[in-house]
Amino acid sequence: MEEKMISLTIDGVQVQVPNGTTVLEAARKAGIRIPTLCFLKGINEIGACRMCVVDSGARALQASCVLPAADGMVVKTNTPAIKEYRKNILELTLSTHKKECLSCIRSQNCELQKLCLELGVEFGDKYEGIKNDYTIDDLSPSIVRDNNKCVLCRRCVSVCAHVQNIGVIGPVNRGFKTAIESPWGFKLNQMACINCGQCIVNCPVGALHEKDDTDEVWALLADPDKYVVVQPAPAVRAALGEEFGFPMGTSVTGKMASALRRLGFDKVFDTDFGADLTIMEEATELVERISNGGKLPMITSCSPGWIKFCETYYPDFIDNLSSCKSPHQMNGAMIKTYFAEKMNIDPHKIAVVSVMPCTAKKFEAKRPEMGHDGMADVDVVITTRELARMIKKAGIDFNAIPESDFDSLMGESTGAAVIFGATGGVMEAALRTAYETITGTKLKDVEFHEVRGIKGIKEATIKIGDSDVSVAVASGTGNAGKLLDEIRKGNKNYTFIEIMACPGGCVNGGGQPIVSAQEKMDKDIRVERAKALYEEDRAKALRKSHDNTEIKTLYTEYLGKPGGHKSHELLHTHYQKRPLYTD
Amino acid sequence: MDQSKEKFAQLQELIDSLKNQPGALMPVLQGAQGIFGCVSEDVQKFIAEGLGVTLSEVYGVATFYAQFSLHPKGKYLISVCLGTACYVKGSQTILDKLSEVLEIPVGGTTPDGKFTLEATRCLGACGLAPVMMINGEVYGRLTPDVIPGIIEKYRAKED
Ligand code: SF4
Ligand code: SF4
Ligand code: SF4
Ligand code: FES
Repeated sequence: MEEKMISLTIDGVQVQVPNGTTVLEAARKAGIRIPTLCFLKGINEIGACRMCVVDSGARALQASCVLPAADGMVVKTNTPAIKEYRKNILELTLSTHKKECLSCIRSQNCELQKLCLELGVEFGDKYEGIKNDYTIDDLSPSIVRDNNKCVLCRRCVSVCAHVQNIGVIGPVNRGFKTAIESPWGFKLNQMACINCGQCIVNCPVGALHEKDDTDEVWALLADPDKYVVVQPAPAVRAALGEEFGFPMGTSVTGKMASALRRLGFDKVFDTDFGADLTIMEEATELVERISNGGKLPMITSCSPGWIKFCETYYPDFIDNLSSCKSPHQMNGAMIKTYFAEKMNIDPHKIAVVSVMPCTAKKFEAKRPEMGHDGMADVDVVITTRELARMIKKAGIDFNAIPESDFDSLMGESTGAAVIFGATGGVMEAALRTAYETITGTKLKDVEFHEVRGIKGIKEATIKIGDSDVSVAVASGTGNAGKLLDEIRKGNKNYTFIEIMACPGGCVNGGGQPIVSAQEKMDKDIRVERAKALYEEDRAKALRKSHDNTEIKTLYTEYLGKPGGHKSHELLHTHYQKRPLYTD
Repeated sequence: MDQSKEKFAQLQELIDSLKNQPGALMPVLQGAQGIFGCVSEDVQKFIAEGLGVTLSEVYGVATFYAQFSLHPKGKYLISVCLGTACYVKGSQTILDKLSEVLEIPVGGTTPDGKFTLEATRCLGACGLAPVMMINGEVYGRLTPDVIPGIIEKYRAKED
């Protein structure tokens, strides 16, 4: 369809935009940034906060984020009346806001704070508002909600209900008593929240944040009796740099390894090693299921948000889940067995810290089945944001720090592991190994572009030897649900499916650096960060998991063979049906 | 018990009849309020499941509109008039006393399900201010010190 172009004038600047563009977007084209607060492109376009008002000649000021541009329209975005109007909104918002910027987790990356600065709003109490005194909900292992800082923009509500298709939070009551909560006074951990953290990364302020576990890590590092091993996930390296001013999409793998060492970890391993290990086990499981008539489609199990979603909302697919633990859990199990034996360290003295792009991993690590002999595979999970905080607190100059490698034994990885962080990456990595295992021939081209990209649901048919293997990839639990609905109805049929809970995969995980709604209008973080991973893959000497030499050693010296007895004991797990509400 | 089964069957019928219409939640909630006299947690969960919406949505609507009550009303509904005449004559102190004696906030129901305390607008008995009503029976010219006696009378009544 041909797009009709229209032309309008904004603050004296003429712009041409396709029909259907909002005035907010049109203004950006004219080089004018209209302030916003509730607007979240494609997700929360509800015109609620009225921060973005403009004068379009209509009787009242209009919210530009929901105002369609019209041909010949003349718009003013910055009159004295508008400035006053916006200032007033902010002052009213502040009057009920718990203002603690000095210590707030979002300080310097807070959309409210930034607006106040830019629009010259004083932080005093112009309207001495009566404040609702909300209890902070920190009972979830992953998510903390502090309604005293909530600006009622509803971005979290929209993401949870419409993108993730979960909807465990929503507005309750009305007027002054309006709050974003779970129904019936339930806390988040009593609801079927999947811990994905998508609400956090889309909140403009400090009302939502991850459960901070850095104190636990500092304590471990200070404990002379503990041998502390750290492992960062693939997607962390693609985003950590943003916290230190690197442009989005810069990979900081070497600097990250050095910073972790400086923080005092005894060993700096890589979850990428665990990702290669996962592929060995998962590809074997897939081949077994195909040849022995096992349950198909097999669905990946790396994403704990997805796992909880499946256990709660689609329990009829539990048998389809791969029994493989996720990469960092596999790594944890290997650190406390293989590594401990090899180094002759008492595994009870070892603590494993995982740095993850994900808040759901905090929940996963606490699942009772994720361990053996009374030891958890992983002791503490911190997010990318928490690691950045630790690096800053330790006074490490991340920009100046030289690059270094991970420690050997469990530090080597292939390109297949790196791309785990993007939607389609696990699928591609598994295909690289499954193809060569099944056909016994080398792949001419290891890249499977059919399963790349940020489309919510991707499908492909891959020729492996004589058979056509049909696969699908979904990211975001909303999309996952749609895909599973089709399978339930019998409309679709696949052999292998990859699902990740967060839209775009781990690069856009709930534990990643937070990007403002304004910046998201210009850039797609899912694309930019994934680019860093695919580049790193291309630069790797080895790009297939089964070529990883340290993995080969692990199998010959310790595990035996993929899918063998030891693997099943340490690297595989099981799942359970979960209720919608727990009292 | 069978009565409650019957009520849920009635609600199910209502849900089935409205299920595929957009905006069904509001009329279903209104119907449920009529059937049960309130939209309690169980009723809301039933509606959420029946309509395929989240409990968050149901609860959000139910708490937004004043017409819905979330808890069943007590056996005795105590309404204290806060109209101007009564207010001037101290009906707030009556309300506070009731709240203290019953150990519930205004709008609340005692855990034994016996009393619900409400504040209302003018009951039209200004000559007797301050006034309260218990299940239609009017008590006038009240002072806080007579409240415990009145409540005791109702507590003593056998079910
Ligand atoms: S949410 Fe923003 S404005 Fe509020 S205290 Fe935190 S940094 Fe300051
Ligand atoms: S963590 Fe995910 S499921 Fe839980 S409230 Fe936030 S968006 Fe919803
Ligand atoms: S918690 Fe954050 S995202 Fe959710 S409504 Fe409040 S301010 Fe907006
Ligand atoms: S109304 Fe446009 S940003 Fe909130």
